[in-house]
Amino acid sequence: MNSTENQGQLWEVFIQSKPGLPFKHAGSVHAFDKDLAIENARDVYTRRNEGTSLWVVPSKEIVAVDIREASYFFESADDKIYRHPTFYEMPEGVKNM
Amino acid sequence: MIKEITDTESLLKEFEAKIDSEIKIEPRDWMPEEYRAHLIRQISQHAHSEVIGMQPEGNWISRAPSLRSKKILLAKIQDEGGHGLYLYSAAETLGVSRDEFIQWLHQGKAKYSSVFNYPTLNWADIGAIGWLVDGAAITNQVSLQRTSYGPYARAMVRICKEESFHQRQGYEIMWRMMEGTKEQKAMAQDALNRWWWPALMMFGPHDNDSPRTSLAMKWKIKRETNDNLRQKFIDKTIPQAELIGLKIPDAALTLNADGTYSHGEINWEEFNQVIKGNGPCNQQRLEHHIRAHEEGEWVRKTAEVAAIKHKKK
Amino acid sequence: MNSIKKYYLQIADNALILSHRLSEYSSYGPYLEEDLATTNVALDLIGIAESVYQEAARIDGEEKTGDDLVYRRDESSFFNCLMVEQPNTDFACIMVRQFFTDAFHFYFFTELVNSADPFLAELGVKSIKEIAYHLRRSSEWMIRLGDGTEEANVRTQNAINRLWRFTDEFFEENEIDREMSANGKGVSLEVVQKNWLVKINEILYMSNLKLPENKFQLSGGKKGQHTEHMGFILTEMQYLPSKYPDATW
Repeated sequence: MNSTENQGQLWEVFIQSKPGLPFKHAGSVHAFDKDLAIENARDVYTRRNEGTSLWVVPSKEIVAVDIREASYFFESADDKIYRHPTFYEMPEGVKNM
Repeated sequence: MIKEITDTESLLKEFEAKIDSEIKIEPRDWMPEEYRAHLIRQISQHAHSEVIGMQPEGNWISRAPSLRSKKILLAKIQDEGGHGLYLYSAAETLGVSRDEFIQWLHQGKAKYSSVFNYPTLNWADIGAIGWLVDGAAITNQVSLQRTSYGPYARAMVRICKEESFHQRQGYEIMWRMMEGTKEQKAMAQDALNRWWWPALMMFGPHDNDSPRTSLAMKWKIKRETNDNLRQKFIDKTIPQAELIGLKIPDAALTLNADGTYSHGEINWEEFNQVIKGNGPCNQQRLEHHIRAHEEGEWVRKTAEVAAIKHKKK
Repeated sequence: MNSIKKYYLQIADNALILSHRLSEYSSYGPYLEEDLATTNVALDLIGIAESVYQEAARIDGEEKTGDDLVYRRDESSFFNCLMVEQPNTDFACIMVRQFFTDAFHFYFFTELVNSADPFLAELGVKSIKEIAYHLRRSSEWMIRLGDGTEEANVRTQNAINRLWRFTDEFFEENEIDREMSANGKGVSLEVVQKNWLVKINEILYMSNLKLPENKFQLSGGKKGQHTEHMGFILTEMQYLPSKYPDATW
């Protein structure tokens, strides 16, 4: 048996603390199947009522940006500051803007 | 088109610039091998400590003298296990599996905190551990919340949130016993006598004798030195002891003009022996962990096989 | 002893002793997540036991607190079933014991929700969510154990064969059960047993496991006559209050 799997696969855990809020990464658990993954995640990460909803994803299914690509992948947003509201001047006294 | 970065010198500069400006290093960032190796060792040993720490406290679960104290002790131990889990998660981001960490522990290649190599001999020990050992851990962990490695820092923030009840649990036990019968007071003082020095040793060797401290400080893995943290712990804990009528087992203890305490010399010979494996409980702690792991092998195996059979992976 | 109090103790003692056995398993689990999960179940059960003990002490007035019922009662005054005293021999035994008891608790508490006794009805409502989770967990483990490896199947079948003899006692109606059932405050154990059997058969089928050939049954716990394990359980549990009777903790 593959020794790195002896503790079960690695799963990443995401918690939604209140309905409507985004799911946030909380950490990971080891589990052999999806039932154990979600139950263990609940036991480990929500003992203090930290959440109303839970996702678990096998870590190997997560697609991440490669470090070598990061600079060109994210850089192009730098010169598009017109996407940010602070770029614009507004006359004083304007409301609801 | 991918910008290939092959120049180690500029990578190191970028890395150190991040450290200097308090930007966290994340798992996919470039990092010096020494930084990675230091973290692998430190985080996994921190994780092992939490898990091994479940044993001395677990020793008194079946004898907890009230339902309330039993629930609280169980919840605390569960937290320790959970902290181990968060820390293994953080350590695994560095490319080593939890199974390998466990093997290194079993082979004696990895250490865990020396303090858990002492036995819990009466119920007051449970109080002493919560108050002193968790107290010392809190002092250390608050500082670690600002460690430079992202996953470690985030785990520490989570852990710190959960840790404060642990110290209160312990102190409450000591307080109640000091308000109790003659026998209870004797047990509480006895526990303090046995746990005080091991708690001080948790902060590690004196700064001058600690070879790894300078690199760890430079790369902000460590944010404060051993002696600084130890002093912080002593200064806040002694008044807590005095408040409930406990005497610190240190004849050389003196209160300085600035409110800090000077303390007697730590028995470094004992510390070194315990680190080497010659403490009262090292053998027992490790054997227990190995046994649970080996006896659990068939359970893990069947879970793995069943998952494949039922395609629930 | 008044009937209602004894009825409460039957419920609380089962939860207490089972949680005690589970809590002994802390740091012995097959891997860390499972260790924490077992402790969670133990904590839920202590919570249930504690609320019942407190109520039992309150209505009767003989003991000062719920803890007096836990820490100062003699063995012959404990009314838990023999099943929950059984030791943590291996993970298969732990899980089979858990599954059998979870299923009993689930159907019992489901009926309890309709009790004419407001405390019991509320207990049913509060506990059923936790018990449902426990049953889900132990059912899933039965399948992993029975329908995984050959070794696991053999160990689990052995555990079933060894523990089956304690199952009838869950549904054994004594005078108190009949009295409480008659006045609408208690649960019909016949109904509970019917549902329990369906569940057991369903899960055993899915787990590639079977009922034992030897269907022999033992009981006595509900009368205060326990197995030899109970003495040791209480010796440990009651040690400190026994040794220092005037101390509070």
